Amino acid sequence: MIEILDLHVRFGSVHALRGVSMTIEKGQSYGLVGESGSGKTTVLRALTGLIENWTGHIHFAGEALSHRRTKAFHKAVQMVFQDPYGSLHPRHTVDRILSEPLIIHGFDRIEARILSTLSDVGLGPSFRFRYPHQLSGGQRQRIAIARAIIMEPLVLLLDEPTSALDVSVQAEILNLLKRLQREHGLTFLLVSHNLPVIAHMCTRVSVMNAGLVLEELSSDELHRRRANSAYTQRLLAASEGYHPALVRDLAALAIEEGR
Amino acid sequence: MSLSTWLLTDTPRSRAQARLGNAFLSATTLLSNRLTLIGLVLVLSMVVAAVFAPWLATQDPLAQSLAERLLPPSTMHLMGTDQLGRDIFSRVIYGSRITLTIVVLVAVIVGPLGLVIGTVAGYLGGAVDTVLMRVTDIFMAFPRLVLALAFAAALGPGIDNAVIAIAITTWPPYARIARAETIVLTGSDFISAIRLIGASKSRILIGHIAPLCISSVVIRLTLDMAGIILIAAGLGFLGLGAQPPAPEWGAMVATGRDYLIDQWWVATMPGIAIFMVSLGFNLLGDGLRDILDPKLR
Amino acid sequence: MTGPLLHIEDLHVDFHSRKGETNAVRGVSWQMGREKLGIVGESGSGKSLSVRALLGLVRPPGEVRARRLELDGVDLRALSARQWQSIRGRRISMVLQDPRYSLNPVMRIGDQIAEAYLAHHDVSHGEAQARALDMLAAVHIRDPERVARAYQHELSGGMGQRAMIAMMLMPEPEILIADEPTSALDISVQTQVLSIIDEMVTSRGMGLIFISHDLQLVASFCDRVLIMYGGRVVEERLAKELPTATHPYTRGLLACLPRLGERRESLAVLERDNAWSREVEAP
Repeated sequence: MIEILDLHVRFGSVHALRGVSMTIEKGQSYGLVGESGSGKTTVLRALTGLIENWTGHIHFAGEALSHRRTKAFHKAVQMVFQDPYGSLHPRHTVDRILSEPLIIHGFDRIEARILSTLSDVGLGPSFRFRYPHQLSGGQRQRIAIARAIIMEPLVLLLDEPTSALDVSVQAEILNLLKRLQREHGLTFLLVSHNLPVIAHMCTRVSVMNAGLVLEELSSDELHRRRANSAYTQRLLAASEGYHPALVRDLAALAIEEGR
Repeated sequence: MSLSTWLLTDTPRSRAQARLGNAFLSATTLLSNRLTLIGLVLVLSMVVAAVFAPWLATQDPLAQSLAERLLPPSTMHLMGTDQLGRDIFSRVIYGSRITLTIVVLVAVIVGPLGLVIGTVAGYLGGAVDTVLMRVTDIFMAFPRLVLALAFAAALGPGIDNAVIAIAITTWPPYARIARAETIVLTGSDFISAIRLIGASKSRILIGHIAPLCISSVVIRLTLDMAGIILIAAGLGFLGLGAQPPAPEWGAMVATGRDYLIDQWWVATMPGIAIFMVSLGFNLLGDGLRDILDPKLR
Repeated sequence: MTGPLLHIEDLHVDFHSRKGETNAVRGVSWQMGREKLGIVGESGSGKSLSVRALLGLVRPPGEVRARRLELDGVDLRALSARQWQSIRGRRISMVLQDPRYSLNPVMRIGDQIAEAYLAHHDVSHGEAQARALDMLAAVHIRDPERVARAYQHELSGGMGQRAMIAMMLMPEPEILIADEPTSALDISVQTQVLSIIDEMVTSRGMGLIFISHDLQLVASFCDRVLIMYGGRVVEERLAKELPTATHPYTRGLLACLPRLGERRESLAVLERDNAWSREVEAP
């Protein structure tokens, strides 16, 4: 479905992506894990055309992509952002937020689609005319997901979709995403710094650091904590909580990197 | 269910209910601030005076009566008479029409103009931004009153030309404000989201960015009103705005100068009117900022 | 050591607004000694507010009342601004979440840290600067002079947080409050910062209040844990006994986390029971 080959992105003197490659199959749930600055969000931005200064090759559904994106691409590839408080326009009602994509792409039966999508994401029709500030974080994220799926896309890009949510809400949203994937046959590209979430949601994972893909793992390998690179091992260990025994190794590694 | 409960509900059932509820909340917040309320009353007084001038003025503002020159305030002439025997109170009331006209026309030109230039420059960036901002800089480089004077002198006296002159010198900061807001907004996720939906640039500018810049522009406009009124008064003072015998407040202050010591009311009364209206707009603007800003953040 | 360092009984924090009254903290009681106490809760649980009440940082329209609110015998309920100055920083100190927003962007790091010392001790500037450098070295910053001369934006997240810790420990407080101190940091840096906090707190015999939404982290780092929900404390446990917690909310939180090594089709979802708090406040 999506093929990325030797992707490079430079922001001024910063070499944000240094030759990143990956392949995502149709219907797959693919994960990108890394810390801030690893370039994982930059990959999504290059893929969606939000940034245009990339070099390399990106293929979608067999076609090579240029720096511009067509309307058809936008209908097929949608994104859910991290911050539920920033991804909805503060002055638009839910109804406006959900109807706009339909209007732009010339869909019919707009009202019916809005109502059915709202129920698809677990919200009732009473939410239709609320403003974002009248919604909780979890509800806003559901609306963001509704906006992304209302055009019946093929691919959903998820940029840390639950990082800003409470743990209990995260569980609900992750369950929702899994159900939607099953029901609509979506392809997922999920970006996160949270290893357990990635292992839970995805079948294949690329670990990124400093603009490079260090290794590609299956979620099985992640669950069994079998990783090749030291960096991945470190991430795995740190996701377990605080262990004083770890500290000595990490301190040494961190000094090396000048953190 | 009472009206206010219906308006403030968390689950509105229609677009109209949602919009009205929003407006109601803004209005109550605005009115809860005492100073803002005072500002609103002052501004509304001017509007009422302008609209109902024929009924509020006690006499014909243009009627001269040399026998009644320079009379102090009394029950016959609430604010006294000027050097031609005209009733100052009626002139002040009718003068509010001129002030209101100037203020409204300037606002209607400057607000949208600045908004359009600023949002387009901020969103498109690049060469468009550079060109538009340099044009803005050129207009901003001139001192306001001097440029207004130059235009008024070139175009000739009269209210219309005064309005144009003031508008031309007033719009640059609005473009700047709109551009700054636009640049910040362009980086936000909800703009990225609508771009990814495939919206055209004009749809994004008009439907998504401009509505969020309007608050800053409105706040700035209300706070600027005082300045605009004073420049209009300044032009009138120098004989470049409304021409005699029109009861323009600035012109009235100018002619009243000669009688300031003994017949202080001739200059002071219109001066007080200018002061009250400017103060009113300032207070209103402050209050508006309080309600318009937090929603955005 | 002897009695509890901090004694809180029936703490309430209420907010009065046009839309009504919000009871953010509802009758919270707990005590602590010189130990590491973790407070865990989701947004809206009142964890941050209850701790800010300890520092007198709840401002109108918020209102704080309690039957007892004592730091080592000092009644914190009715202190004047002047008296607060001798408590804040000097006896209770707080490290916040994101050093980008909690460090002054226009002052050099060394100056800020020295200022923290000068606020409570009458020494010369030179002496305070020297102590600042010592403190930076104590938090394992390898080049204290360089960091002291730097501004906040020149430091990475981990360094900034370490500078923040140094600054908060300068006046030698008895209690350190850490409000989500590692949430804004990368995972690999989190452990380091935590170990520094651990070392500082243990070596100085301080009490630590560690606030977080991360139950697993708190359980592994602290001695005792309080779980808050809807403005109330619903569970209080020794950290090592957390897996055997009894309250349904705690069990729910533990169950709904995805974990490495456990493959599940869907995650357990928290069923909120109204009994846990009289009215459930929407977050």
